[in-house]
Amino acid sequence: MTPVAPTFFFYLLSGVAVASAILVITRKNPVHSAISLIFTLLALAGLYLMLYAPFVAGVQIILYAGGIMVLFLFVIMLVNIERSQREVQFNQQWLVGIVASLALGFLFLYVYRRGSSIFPVNPVSMPEPQNTQQVALALFRGYLLPFEVASLLLLVAIVGAVVMAKKRI
Amino acid sequence: MAPIGTLHYLVVAAALFVIGTIGVVTRRNVVIILMSIELILNAVNLNLVAFSRLWNLNGQIFSIFVITDAAAEAAVGLGILIAFFRNKETVNVDEVDLLKW
Repeated sequence: MTPVAPTFFFYLLSGVAVASAILVITRKNPVHSAISLIFTLLALAGLYLMLYAPFVAGVQIILYAGGIMVLFLFVIMLVNIERSQREVQFNQQWLVGIVASLALGFLFLYVYRRGSSIFPVNPVSMPEPQNTQQVALALFRGYLLPFEVASLLLLVAIVGAVVMAKKRI
Repeated sequence: MAPIGTLHYLVVAAALFVIGTIGVVTRRNVVIILMSIELILNAVNLNLVAFSRLWNLNGQIFSIFVITDAAAEAAVGLGILIAFFRNKETVNVDEVDLLKW
């Protein structure tokens, strides 16, 4: 009996992700776009779970859907003027933009078609209960310097964001 | 149906990347442009994690750093948006034309 659950969940999650992404770029109301983006992020977290990456899925939900999108919603609340929802939503170069992006998409598909024979067939078996331990070992041994640099980057970003948004420096 | 392989995940990531790019070059609202940039970053993350399944754990470590980077960049970008909105009362990028000749 062929397993049908992975196929079903893959198509369900990727369908939700792509449909929500299309809703993100086409909605007039920015709050609707933010909610659609949250759906996309949750569907992507499900796809990471299917790829045997539970730590990245957890980080995605906590940081991205729970942190960054909340920040977006707060700022939308601050700058949401009703007038902007009645104006034209797409700029004057929309046709050129769509054609160029679709050309980029076809380039991606062509490269995947040509190079699809170099992927190894059997995925490496990574024991899933050990994933967080392995990520922690890699992050605090081999990748310690990028970890510290990332924390410095977050400090700089905090200082920059506070200075930008203050009324009087 | 063919079993789900790496190529399926790469095609989904490419679709998200193209949708994000269309959002960046097409929309006028700055907040939606920033959200399309987050879509692009998520497409890259999906690519990294899909390839990490085939080789070793480096893709997942990289994607954690990409998520951290996206948080910092979203914070700074929204700070700039608030600073600009305080001056000009608009969220359309078409009207940010003080340096245009």
